[in-house]
Amino acid sequence: MCLAVPAKLVEIHDNEGVIELGGSRKTVLLTLVTDPKVGQYVLLHAGYAIGVIEEAEALELAALQRAVMESEEAE
Amino acid sequence: MATDLKIQNAREALKEWAGKAARPVTLMEVCGTHTMAIYRHGIPSLLPPNVHLISGPGCPVCVTSQGQVDQIMELARYPEVTIATFGDMVRVPGTISSLEAERARGADVRIVYSPHDAVELAEAIPARQVVFIGIGFETTQPTVAAAVAEARRRELRNFTVLSAGKLVPPALTALLDSGELQLDGLLCPGHVSVILGSDAYKPYAERYHMPCVVAGFEPAEVLEALVALVRQCAERRAEVENLYGTWVRPEGNRRAREMIETVFVPGPAIWRGLGPIPQSGLHVREGWSEYDAARRFAVVEGEAPEPPGCKCGDVLRGRVRPYECPLFGRICSPEHPVGACMVSTEGSCSAAYRYGRIPK
Repeated sequence: MCLAVPAKLVEIHDNEGVIELGGSRKTVLLTLVTDPKVGQYVLLHAGYAIGVIEEAEALELAALQRAVMESEEAE
Repeated sequence: MATDLKIQNAREALKEWAGKAARPVTLMEVCGTHTMAIYRHGIPSLLPPNVHLISGPGCPVCVTSQGQVDQIMELARYPEVTIATFGDMVRVPGTISSLEAERARGADVRIVYSPHDAVELAEAIPARQVVFIGIGFETTQPTVAAAVAEARRRELRNFTVLSAGKLVPPALTALLDSGELQLDGLLCPGHVSVILGSDAYKPYAERYHMPCVVAGFEPAEVLEALVALVRQCAERRAEVENLYGTWVRPEGNRRAREMIETVFVPGPAIWRGLGPIPQSGLHVREGWSEYDAARRFAVVEGEAPEPPGCKCGDVLRGRVRPYECPLFGRICSPEHPVGACMVSTEGSCSAAYRYGRIPK
């Protein structure tokens, strides 16, 4: 129920953002985070971003590293 | 490969610190996503013999009281009502029915991914009364509150929420105060803590002398958190350690908490297994009462008995392991669940059924 996934923020339009996740794009709500910027990573839960971090921090995330590894294995 | 190495290192460290602790160490996870990760990755099989893991009340669907499940069925039976809910709730059996069964009888029940989708739905079907079932912990409640605020912004008259939100710290306090469990440490939830902040666990370290470690959900992250907990036990320390610092700040997400506080106010709530706990539930504030489904449809959360033989309550308190319930795997399975803990994929019974092995 408290599942949340990291994703890169690629567009911002007021309170809405667009994220890129596994090659597809999705609109998310940015109401719950302060001052997000394009290029940062957000933590997505139930359609809302609930956390924001810099890209460099995100690349350290075990969850993202595994996702990258699995997608490379699939290719 | 780096992950395998991390897991290997963590296993060795765990063995070393468990040896130094030189006594049984019992740790509790209080997050359904951790429960699922622990079972799925077979983490219990990697633990030294004196380290034990038990699951606490970490699954919002599971801790929803039977009376509240019945209240949801009552709402679903209103001919003008469309229920919008997270998928987990649909198969939870109430005293005589579930949302799935109500839907088969003609009720309009829709699964949504986000509370915001329920607002969009209400706007799309103005002749219907859309009721969003607002279960969830601190992670989810800001999204429910934001949806209510959005409904007001759009001046929707056909959107309400059944406030069923619950707060983790009061339940932890109730559990520790009950004295029922001999606990040596808490594996603290990752995403609840994104909102709450790791400082929220300081009282448990300081007042209860309880080691607390905030953890992520990858197998290596869970194992590293267990190492930190067992090490604290061995060194007789009780501190809050934050091992999910990428997302979890000491102060949490203040903006999200303010969103909760705008729409909801803490009050009493009944937890399956734990009973009534003061200040552990979120109720719609007076100024927002037109969005309160319980008030609009005058449905109350009554008292309702647990299904006969079901040990869900004891499982949620960490007193009984899923396979110790006489119904487990015999008449209660994910296909035919008797209790809520078997329904949600995050429920301990469901996770134990899907991934677990019955220990010798």
